Amino acid sequence: MATKVTMEALSPTMEEGRLVKWTKNEGDQVKAGDVLAEVETDKAVMELVARGDGVLRKRLANEGDASPVGTLLAVIAAPDENIDSIVGSAASAAVAATPPQPAPAAQAQSPTQSQGEASAPPPQKAAAGPSVTPPAPAQPRPVPPRPPAAPAAPRGNGSTQPGAPSAPGGRQRSSPLARRLASEKGIQLGAIHGTGPGGRIVKRDIENAKATGGSGRSAAAERLATEGDFKDVPLTQIRKTIARRLSESNGPIPTFFLTAEYDATRAAELRTQLVEMGDQYKVSFNDIVIKAVALALAEHPEVNAHWLTDKIRHFNRIHVAMAVAVEDGLITPVLFDADRMTLWEISEKARELAKKARERKLMPEEYTGATFTVSNLGMFGIDQFTAIINPPEVGILAIGGVEEKPVVIDGSLEVRQRMRVTMSCDHRVVDGATGAKFLQTVRRYIENPLSLII
Amino acid sequence: MAVVTYRDALTQALREELQRDDRVFLMGEEVAQYNGAYKVSKGLLDEFGPMRIVDTPITELGFAGLGVGAAMVGLRPIVEFMTWNFALLALDEVVNAAAKMLYMSGGQYKMPMVFRGPNGAALQLGAQHSQAWESWLAHIPGLKVCTPGTPADAKGLLKSAIRDDNPVVFLEGEMLYNTKGEVPDGEHIVPLGVAELKREGDHCSVITHGKMALVAMRVADDLAKEGINIDVVDLRTVRPIDVEAIARSVQKTNRAVVLEEGWEICGMGSQVVDFIQRECFDDLDAPVLRVHQEDVPMPYAKNLERAAKPDAGKTIAAVKKVMYLD
Repeated sequence: MATKVTMEALSPTMEEGRLVKWTKNEGDQVKAGDVLAEVETDKAVMELVARGDGVLRKRLANEGDASPVGTLLAVIAAPDENIDSIVGSAASAAVAATPPQPAPAAQAQSPTQSQGEASAPPPQKAAAGPSVTPPAPAQPRPVPPRPPAAPAAPRGNGSTQPGAPSAPGGRQRSSPLARRLASEKGIQLGAIHGTGPGGRIVKRDIENAKATGGSGRSAAAERLATEGDFKDVPLTQIRKTIARRLSESNGPIPTFFLTAEYDATRAAELRTQLVEMGDQYKVSFNDIVIKAVALALAEHPEVNAHWLTDKIRHFNRIHVAMAVAVEDGLITPVLFDADRMTLWEISEKARELAKKARERKLMPEEYTGATFTVSNLGMFGIDQFTAIINPPEVGILAIGGVEEKPVVIDGSLEVRQRMRVTMSCDHRVVDGATGAKFLQTVRRYIENPLSLII
Repeated sequence: MAVVTYRDALTQALREELQRDDRVFLMGEEVAQYNGAYKVSKGLLDEFGPMRIVDTPITELGFAGLGVGAAMVGLRPIVEFMTWNFALLALDEVVNAAAKMLYMSGGQYKMPMVFRGPNGAALQLGAQHSQAWESWLAHIPGLKVCTPGTPADAKGLLKSAIRDDNPVVFLEGEMLYNTKGEVPDGEHIVPLGVAELKREGDHCSVITHGKMALVAMRVADDLAKEGINIDVVDLRTVRPIDVEAIARSVQKTNRAVVLEEGWEICGMGSQVVDFIQRECFDDLDAPVLRVHQEDVPMPYAKNLERAAKPDAGKTIAAVKKVMYLD
């Protein structure tokens, strides 16, 4: 039985992928789980693995080719198996310029993404603002049914006989639990080989898919879905009216901006002292800001929230994303439970994530699942700026550079280190006073930086 | 805790409740002078006298009706059937009188009574005397139905049943009377409608009641040797049924086998499966399987009787099937 190798959705938002490099040649023996190729998604370079055993008989895509998700890239089969019809169907599909299946990938996306015909390249997202779209529910991709792992032998007892093999062309079977787990982890069911009776995908198949590097938002999605880690707030009438009226006035996300100038003198002193203590204590201003923001979010759950159209979700856990510039855009890796990390843990993790981001090695679960975002352009000499909210988050804090300024304190002129921050707020969720109180709390932490290390 | 037989645990419950409340009395065939066909009422005639421990003629419909009348005027009768197979003759009083009295009298007449006796197949008693009746009786609104599987549950549930103001059907296991188990000392009450997790595991839930609880615990011990750990949910009361306990277990294990003594069609297990599909749909990794008596009148021949009954082997096979291990 031949196994088709298709372009898989390797990130939650991926609509097409570019084949960077084949790692197996035609004629190579391959096993399920072997890496066949490297594929560049919209976020990172990921490995495409074999979903069956056999010989890599035919490669249908060239290095450098971009293909929509679902496109046949290669065929794995027995050495003497006839694969002409499979290869032929791919060719005719290419001529017709429409794929045999409806464009799979993400169906429910943010309003900025239109649903492109598969024949036309899907629109690329603009690189302005943080580029991560919220994870959309994974859509099972129709694929030919797989053979059952073992013939299901009828057994006497029990009234149900679940082992009937699925008919050719029938739908792919999966247990309700498997479907739920796949959806939570962002795994495409179509990419999975079912080992239950009749090829049914069961829990262990989802777990194995995860272990062999199946795509997904996995850990991050789980973090945000865990019961007790959030509180859903029903929309009151006034909230609904605010949301509707302000959206009409100001685009889909009615954003307003709050700017504050903090005195960073003590934070700068703290940082200098830490640097003097040795490299292992060194932290950046960015780390200090993230820690301060995380602690402030813990006191302001109404800002640590998602707008979910029919309700607002306040999170009890604090996952702070930081915008990182990469060669051709930006990405927002996440510091999970940032409020529980020490300043040095934040520093170390932030460095690691930034490095991975620049090398395009971030996994989807590392850049999805944030509850709030911080963007810092201070290092580029920017005094202040406004950042664009990454929905469904409801706020983003833009950090300007720290610089010496003359300040009047108690009637006398002093030179102080000052830092300007601007918070973009989704007015459907965050009102002016709410945002202002949050910025006051951030100020308390930034201006009393000892509170960040004790 | 003392180790006592299921029979003695029931006797303890009867004695304690007869002592506690002088409105309680026991009536049935051979319960007094003969000390009960299964000796559950041993010594009670001597202790409480013929006004409280009453021998009846062989007239199930008649003395069940006497019990209903006594309950209507404020007594708390315990009606013993020599077996539930004989109680079929009295079902009009159980189903049409006792179960409906509170409802049809507009709440004027409570029905604080217990119908009790052995239920289910013993060994080679033939098709007419080897039947488990809980699905028939649990079907009826107005009744409560207990199916204790251990001495502790037998005692605790019988005391709750006697104190309940509604008619309670109390199904004892004919094969259980000689089984032993620990029973807590002193006042021991098991509330009606509360299941007990008799074994704990993550791999599969076996949901059962009555005599089959012992089979399920044996299955748990056998499977543990193979590294398979199962939840054994003993319903203990099949009406009202502890849906939360079922859901809690299946949501944890994602797989379920429902084990019962009776037949497949319209059995208690069908109802349990219905709750599972409703409460745990998105948690299921496999269809729920049932283990039950084969769909035939119980054979008399020893080998055929054994083949017709649900047992540990069939249950283990079902557990492995829902775990995709077969």
